[in-house]
Amino acid sequence: MPEMDTGDTAWILASAALVMFMTPGLALFYGGLVRSKNVLGTIMQSFFALGLVSVLFMMFGYTLAFGTDVGSIIGGLDFAFLRGVGAEPFANAPTIPHNVYMIFQMMFAVITPALITGAVAERMKFKGYVMFLALWSILVYSPVAHWVWGGGWLGFAEGGVAALDFAGGTVVHINAGIAALACIIYMGKRKGYPQEAIRPHNVPMVILGASILWFGWFGFNGGSALGANGLAGTAFVATHLAAAAAILGWLIPEWIQHKAPTTIGAATGAVAGLVAITPAAGFVEPWAAVLIGFAGGLVCYIFVSLKPKLGYDDSLDVVGVHFVGGIVGALLTGVFATLAVNEAGADGLLYGNPGQFMKQLIAVVATVVYSFVASMVILFVTDKLVGVRVSEDDEQMGLDLSQHSETAYTAEGGGTSIHS
Amino acid sequence: MKMVSAIVKPFKLEEVKEALRVVGIQGMTVTETRGFGRQRGHTEVYRGSEYQVDFVPKVKVDVICDDDQLAQVVDAIMTAARTGKIGDGKIFVLPVEQVYRIRTGEMGPDAL
Repeated sequence: MPEMDTGDTAWILASAALVMFMTPGLALFYGGLVRSKNVLGTIMQSFFALGLVSVLFMMFGYTLAFGTDVGSIIGGLDFAFLRGVGAEPFANAPTIPHNVYMIFQMMFAVITPALITGAVAERMKFKGYVMFLALWSILVYSPVAHWVWGGGWLGFAEGGVAALDFAGGTVVHINAGIAALACIIYMGKRKGYPQEAIRPHNVPMVILGASILWFGWFGFNGGSALGANGLAGTAFVATHLAAAAAILGWLIPEWIQHKAPTTIGAATGAVAGLVAITPAAGFVEPWAAVLIGFAGGLVCYIFVSLKPKLGYDDSLDVVGVHFVGGIVGALLTGVFATLAVNEAGADGLLYGNPGQFMKQLIAVVATVVYSFVASMVILFVTDKLVGVRVSEDDEQMGLDLSQHSETAYTAEGGGTSIHS
Repeated sequence: MKMVSAIVKPFKLEEVKEALRVVGIQGMTVTETRGFGRQRGHTEVYRGSEYQVDFVPKVKVDVICDDDQLAQVVDAIMTAARTGKIGDGKIFVLPVEQVYRIRTGEMGPDAL
């Protein structure tokens, strides 16, 4: 039994803080991409997840994902309300306190459903969002996290599929990406799309948000080593290289096709690369990280460019970046993974183990089927109970005023206080 | 009195302001605005999709002057704002009924 390690503990605490910061980063990334009348509504959908999901995760989310395995499907209720989750280590991370492992996992649970919101930006009713968020977090995020990391059937437990997912390619990105597709299909297009030019209202905000995501991703992937060690270094290096290469993977075709290397393209490409490297970060060589990142940027660019032809309104390209980038990463992990980098991992197709590629495929298909169906059911139930889409008038007015009684950018004066 | 309302290219604002000062204009109102004429719009690219943007950023300069200053003012703006390329803008001249200076209550040309 390895001993508790102060360096490991310090790094995972720092990583948890880095991952926490990704959610407000995402809020700015998405907030800049929408019209000014929807910027607060969009930011709020991410920021509010920090509130609701954190509390739900403390109550049931954590234990359903990481409690004692029940039938390889779900965690038991032994850690409900964080009972027994204290300073003593836990089997998943034997060198750090259990509560440190838990708070790191909590930040992943927060950002995953927040990712979905970009797909249905500018038209979701806040009341419906709150209910969707709560149900999805408990009924979709926790089970899938359990399958992959909590001792469930897709992971490395006895008899499991043994798919590789270093930091959440399936659990976070494919899971959120396919749920985003369900939301788009259920809720339909924004008013005026695609005839009107619906343009981003604050591009520097988009770049700032993407930069915060990149920064936080060092904790997301580097922290997933669950220790301050060489593996964390491997994941950290792979993460940076993939994001860098993905900028090129997006900009080169964009520059050729549209004669314009755009800043939003560079930022989106970087995020696509970060998504793609997430499952692979602790299993691949640096050169493979560059290839995976480049592929993530390139494939996501092609997919996002095809969106008008596909005829659906994936408003901020959650399917195009997180679902597509997540699949690129999950499958390429099955190609480029090598035991030379991580003994606890597996060899991929390139190293004579084509079976790993199939395992990756199984994990992708399982996540896609479960998350899509469960998300559809949650949307249906939420819609019947509180409604998921704003009224046409509210959509026209914008989410900021109609859902939150606020305006993001105000001129001086022009009002009096009602209660003073 | 006349109001001269000129829509010009934003980067020409400084030159227009200086030219108006030279002909004796002591105040003006500037508004950032958008619009299109024969220049039409331009193309913007967001995530692999191209958009036609009709409204081009412009600056509107409003100046009030005495009738006998009008020719000079129009000429100053015309010269300063011209690049010779499409999109240089327009100058509108409108009659002004009255002008008041709020601080003193002065009226007419004295209030300019």
